[in-house]
Parts: sequence; structure tokens; C-alpha cells
Amino acid sequence: MSDIKDKILKIYPAAEFEQGDCLLVNVAEKDWHDFAARLKNELAFDVLSAVVGVDWKESIGVVYYLTSTSRAWEMLAVKVVCADRENAYIHTVSDLWGVANFQEREVYDMFGIKFIDHPDMRRFFLRNDWVGNPLRKDYDANPELNPIRLEDEKDEDNTYTLEEDENGNVKRRDYKVFQAEDYVVNIGPQHPSTHGVMRFRAAVDGETVKKVDVVSGYIHRGIEKLCEGLTYPQMLHFTDRMDYMSAHQNRHCLCLCIEKALGLEVPRRAKVIRTMMDELMRISSHLLSFGCTAMDLGATTAFFYGFREREMVLDIFERTCGARMSMNYNVIGGVIADLHPDFRKDVKHLIEIMPSRLKEYHKVFTGNIIAQNRLKKVGHLSKEDAVNYAITGPSGRGSGWSCDCRKKHPYGVYSEVEFDEVLEYGCDSFARYMVRMREIEQSLRILEQLVDNIPEGEIRAQVPKVVKLPAGSYYQQVEASRGTFGVFIESTGEKNPYRVHFQSPCFNLVGVMNLTCTGYMIADLITIGAALDFVIPDIDR
Amino acid sequence: MFDFGIWTSEFNRFLLGTGMAEWLAVLIECIIIAVLVLGAYTVLALFYILYERKLCAWFQCRLGPMRVGKWGLLQVFADMFKILIKELIELKGTDKFLFKLAPYLVITSSVVMLACLPWGRGLQIIDYNIGIFFVLAVSSVGVLGILLAGWSSNNKYTLIGAMRSGAQMVSYELSLGLAILTIVVFAGTLNINELVMQQDKAWFIFRGHIPAIIAFIIYVIAATAETNRGPFDLPEAEHELTAGYHTEYSGIHFGFFYLAEYLNLFIVSGIATLMFLGGWMPLHVPGWDGFNAVMNWIPSIVWFVGKAFFISYVIIWFKWTFPRVRIDQMLAFEWKYLMPFSLANLILMAVFVALGWHF
Repeated sequence: MSDIKDKILKIYPAAEFEQGDCLLVNVAEKDWHDFAARLKNELAFDVLSAVVGVDWKESIGVVYYLTSTSRAWEMLAVKVVCADRENAYIHTVSDLWGVANFQEREVYDMFGIKFIDHPDMRRFFLRNDWVGNPLRKDYDANPELNPIRLEDEKDEDNTYTLEEDENGNVKRRDYKVFQAEDYVVNIGPQHPSTHGVMRFRAAVDGETVKKVDVVSGYIHRGIEKLCEGLTYPQMLHFTDRMDYMSAHQNRHCLCLCIEKALGLEVPRRAKVIRTMMDELMRISSHLLSFGCTAMDLGATTAFFYGFREREMVLDIFERTCGARMSMNYNVIGGVIADLHPDFRKDVKHLIEIMPSRLKEYHKVFTGNIIAQNRLKKVGHLSKEDAVNYAITGPSGRGSGWSCDCRKKHPYGVYSEVEFDEVLEYGCDSFARYMVRMREIEQSLRILEQLVDNIPEGEIRAQVPKVVKLPAGSYYQQVEASRGTFGVFIESTGEKNPYRVHFQSPCFNLVGVMNLTCTGYMIADLITIGAALDFVIPDIDR
Repeated sequence: MFDFGIWTSEFNRFLLGTGMAEWLAVLIECIIIAVLVLGAYTVLALFYILYERKLCAWFQCRLGPMRVGKWGLLQVFADMFKILIKELIELKGTDKFLFKLAPYLVITSSVVMLACLPWGRGLQIIDYNIGIFFVLAVSSVGVLGILLAGWSSNNKYTLIGAMRSGAQMVSYELSLGLAILTIVVFAGTLNINELVMQQDKAWFIFRGHIPAIIAFIIYVIAATAETNRGPFDLPEAEHELTAGYHTEYSGIHFGFFYLAEYLNLFIVSGIATLMFLGGWMPLHVPGWDGFNAVMNWIPSIVWFVGKAFFISYVIIWFKWTFPRVRIDQMLAFEWKYLMPFSLANLILMAVFVALGWHF
């Protein structure tokens, strides 16, 4: 750790350090872009894991979480603060890390911090006529300011970029997202295969896609804002409602983050149960993804086959957690209820039948020549782009990027079980699809090792009645079904958090829709989306 | 074998015997036939909807409609009633005349094709000497309706759907026509009745053996594409274009597209039956007189409908098994593989016929 400190001091002598759960560097805004470039190029921080805007009342700013893949996934936080709250400007880093493009737009939307040289400074979630920036502490939530608007959003094609001249004056340059001659096809928000209320605007030339513009925010619920008004146990249930196909993993992550802050030791039985539930959730999610990919290709029958087995997983959840979706199972310190007596029997049954069912899927769908032609060499995403856009999870691993959080930062009991990180090198939709299918096998392997080794004991640790996190900021990651899910909590020592940020994998996935779809056909846009497998509530948190 | 022609000529004699003018008798007969055709059309369409839903449910480990009537048998009637009472929604910005005309073009072409099919011995309505050519010509009118529907709706999805449909129908009609032409070369006639009568000894698929079997396979593929069914259902690919060319239609106008689609499935199956599987002709094996006599006991109409249902079953099976192809793959498949192959097959058949290498 001191090693990295020295290196940072060498490239930026004015750095001020804070030690939290990972090293945090304070950087002045004027030096930020150069410092970021050197962090990326000289210190190999090639992944921008999270961009978290924070309003500290007297100042406002952004915390960037960086990860270095070549240095054992070491993480570094960088804090950039703007003293002027009303005219907060930060230089963009979207030229260094592609993922920053949408991330900074979200920060702009929620905090009003403007990013200089950002190519497309539109709001990301809210309408362009929305008054105020909701995550600021001085936001006025008066409904009269933002009534329910019944007319269409005006000028949705208009965007701008901010340019700084040598005297430090910021000038605005307006331009249009689509040109007048573009034939723009609107897909969504109500569309059978956007997998939720997502909207894409695709400029097409005949059937070929020229550009995809992502319009998001149709089911944004302001979970991060809501969390600020709730206590820690109360905010847990939101995690099940973001990526509902990764409900257990998301909640596991938030619990881990709170437990880390509290210094709480979780009983081993709870750890094993959490790990098993995570893997069951992953199986269920990948089965759904299999079904939806097949259905988006028009193979409706394969969809039902996937759902048939998914029902079995949901039955297991229902018996233990009392719900098939939004299970609300993990709590701070452990899990809420003990396993159902039939749990082991059901899991064993699943482990027993799944291999033959997977064979059936491959026979019905994977091996089909049409399916292969539709998925192979479609939606190319190189490993460099996957790293640049922080595409983790099965989609990143389909580009040959080893990015499994279960291996890189083990949690639960993942360090004790044997499983392989599934990698495919096709960089196309088929590779992403195959990663998911093979991950089901690995999840079954983990379950097989754990099902007979669930230790006896407590299912949750003793937790104080009122949970108060020590002041400071905390960041925790887990491997959700669709990639690395991160939770950022900033606490002031109160019983409710000061700022919570959920770094969802699907948010990054839509970030590469334009990149992966350009040059392919309209029909491919749908299958690329299906193979990337984003879940909309995870984007619109 | 019972000849339905006895009934029809008897009825004609009865009408003339009452002393009415011949034009009046013909008019009455035409009206009766029109009513019968439309009745058969509706009944078949309803049957096909249920048939597909039940088959698809079976492929997908489901039960399908079960609530209305025993085994859901009355479900289609409920659906039809619903479609009949639904509002025809008028849209702004559409070309009103063409928008309303399009479904009628589609349904008319499919009704006319239905009338050309050889239903049974003596049960044929339109019987020209260019019969099968006429069927192909009429089938092309349907695509006009689809193009108009897509164009007049003033919607980007429908337009893309219609353009896809146009490209698809025009392309696959070639293979379809060439497959039929292969059999025409073999039979030496375009007349539907004669085509059936020539299969008295054995069906064309057996008599023409290799080239006939190849032509049959090409025909089934091309017919699947012609009817816009999966894996070639791109014009209405609901996952990309919501519903393709008929996105903006409602009520019975949508119903016309829907019915025509199911009936076209029956019609292409019927033509396959006619060209390859003997039409209404029972399964005859030369030399097995006893067997042939038993086969003759089964009414000709059962033979025809049964064979058509079987081919429809295969086409439905395709749809619920295969994923959808992409527009460029679909066109490449037709122009690079299917059409050259069917041309080669046509030459092969000509050689076989010239050298007498057939039964």
C-alpha cells in the first residue's frame, strides 16, 4: 500500500491521502485530468469501477473508484472537490475511460456538476426540463416545481459540449444528436424486447444501424435518494428491486458493506447459506437470460424450456425465503430465516437434473444453425473496449476479460470452494451466451460442494438495535449475475446514511450499446441487447 | 371412389328442370358456392388457430387454451367474437383509402386460392387449364396488400416490415415457382384436375423420386417463407418490429390479416399436397390391388384435408423450433442456395423426363 502511495506522490506531489477501506487520494480539480491520464497510463489503473457524486454541503464533488487489473485488482479512490457549488465544473475523463461517459452524465443529472469536454452533456435519467438536481442536499422536492408533465420532452435531439479556452473560460457548443437526414427508428420504452422500459433511438440506413442513442430513466425510482432518509436495515429491501435477477447478490453486497463498516463477523452458517443463495440466483438469472435470448431470436419454445427449470429454483427460494421474487433474505449480520427442511433435498434434485437439461438446451437452441448464425460475429466487443467500458460479468468474460469478483476479491465462502472462472474469447454475442451457459455448470459445482457442508450454528450475528456506521466512506463489490455490483456508503455516524450509491453492472452494459450495435442490423440490435442481458430497473435505480 | 360431381350435376339438372333460365341457375349456383367457400374459409381458419395453439403448447410443455369449452375448443369462437366487436381505430396521418383496402386485398387473394384447391373427387370450384399458374399469380396479389398496409400506416415499423415482406415474397416466389415447375415438367400439364388424375398410379413424390423429393423440400422451405412463418417471420418479427406491417390495424381489419395468414398456411399445404402427395388421390401402390381398394374406401376429401393438415403440422413444427433468420441471411439463403439449387433440380427433372428415368 505504501508502495502505491510513493508512486502517486512521484507523479503528483500535492496528493493528500486518506485511509479508508481503500486508499483515497484528494486531487485538485485543475490537476485531475492529467493525474487521471497518468494513473491510467503509468500506474495501470485501467478500470474505472465507479463514479460517485457526493454533496458535502459546503462543497460538492465526485469520488472515482479505480481498479488496476494488472496489480491484483488493487483499488484506489480519488476525490475531486469543487468549492463553488453553483458553478461546479470538473474535467471529464470519458476520453480515458469510456465508461465515464454515461457515469458522468448521471452525476450531472443528479448533482448538476458539469463536465468540461464531455462529448454529450445531456441529463441521463430526468427530462431536460426538470428543475433541480435531486441528489443535492439543497434539492427542493416541491411537486409544484416539477409537476407531472403531459407533453413530450422538447428538443430531445439537442445536446452540447463544454469547451475550455486557454484563459479558463468555459464555452458551450451546441449540436444535434441525430442529423436531419438520419432515419431514426424509435425502439421502446414500450417494446416487446427491450426487457423493460428502456428506449433506444436508432438511426438506420436501410436495415443497418448507424447510431444508437440510449434514453433512460422511465422507471427511475430515486432509490439512492430514498436511502438517505432511511435507516440501514430499512434500506436493505431496495437492493432486491434493482436487478431483481440478482436480488440475493445485490443484498449480499449491501450487507457486506454495512458489516465491513461495523466490523461485524458473520456466522459461518450464514456465509454458506448466502453463497448458496447467490449461486441459485445466478442459475435462475442465467436461465432467464437463456430464455430471453432464445425468445428475442424468435425461438419461443426454448424460452419455455429455460423457464421450466427456473421454476424449480424459484420454488427453492419460495420455500426458504417466502417469496419467489424480491426475497428480502439477507439481513445485516446474516440471513433472516433458517433454511427450509427440504432445502438440501431440493438443491440436490436441481443439481441432479440440470446437466441433462443443459444438454437439451444445447440440442434445441445452441446447436441450431440459425441461432449460431444470428449470434456469432455479431456485437463485437474487444477485450480493450470491455475493460475501457468496465463491462464486467458474463458479458466481459465473453470478451476474454478475467473479471470475476468472486476470484478477485473473494467474499462469502468463495475462497474455499473450487470453481472455474468461465472465459470465452469470441468477443461476440455467442461468446456471452456461452459464458452464461457454462457458468450455470460452475454454479452447480459450487452448490454441489456446499450442499452437504452447511455447518450448524447461528444464522445471524448479534447486531445492535440501532445500526450506526462509523463516519467514513465504504465501498464493497460482489459478483452479481450480470457483473460487478458495487455499493458506496458515506456515513456521518448517524443512523441513516449520508450518501448511498449503487454501482450497477447493467448501467455500464447499456453504455456499449452504441459501440456494439453500430454497423449491424436492426434485428441484431435486439439480440445484442439480449446477449448483453441488461435489466432495466438496475439501470434506473 | 365417390365422385362429388354427381351431386353437383344433379343439383344443376334439378335447377334447370324447374324451368328457370340458365343464367339464373348459374347465378344461384355461384352464390351457393361463394357461401360455402366463405364458410369453409372461416371454419378452417378457426380450426387452424386452435390447431397451432394446441400444437405449440404441446411443443412448449404447456396445455394451451383449456378454459373455454372442453379442452378449450370454444376458445377460438370467443376470440373471433372479440375481434368482430372490436373498434376499427382510425389513425391520424394514414392514407385512409389504402389503409382500408389493404386487408381486403390480402383476404381476397387467399379466398381465391382456396377456391382453386382440389378438395375431393369432383369437388373443385375453379378448374382452368392453367390452374396452378393461376394460383401462383393470385398469391402475388397478397403481397401487394401487405406492402400497402405497411406503407399506408405511416409508421416506421410497418414500413420496415412491409419492405422486408416485399423482398421476402418476391425472392421466395422464385423457388416456389421453380419447385412447382419441376412437377409441371414431369406431369406435362398445368390443369389441377389432370395433375391429380395423373397421380392415380402413385403420387408424384414417388413417381418422380429424386428430383421430386428435392423439389418437395425446396417447396416446403419456400412455402414457409411465402406464408411469413417462422423461421422466416421477419415481416412481423414481434421482437424487433412489434407486429410488422399490421402494427396499426385493429378489429376485423387485423383479423383479416390474421385469418389470411392461417389460411395461407392451409393453402400452401394444399398445393404441396396437390403437387407432390396426390391431391385428394388415395395412397396407391401399383400392384397391390387389395390395398388400393381399401384406401379408396376413405373419402377423397379426408385424404386431401388430412394430407394438408400433416404438411401444416410440419410447417408449424418449424416455427416453434427454429429461431428467426436475419434479413440478409434470408435473402442470401434464397439467392445463393435455394434458387440455384431449384434451377439445377429443374434441369435434373427435365433430364429424367427426357430419358424416362421415372415410374
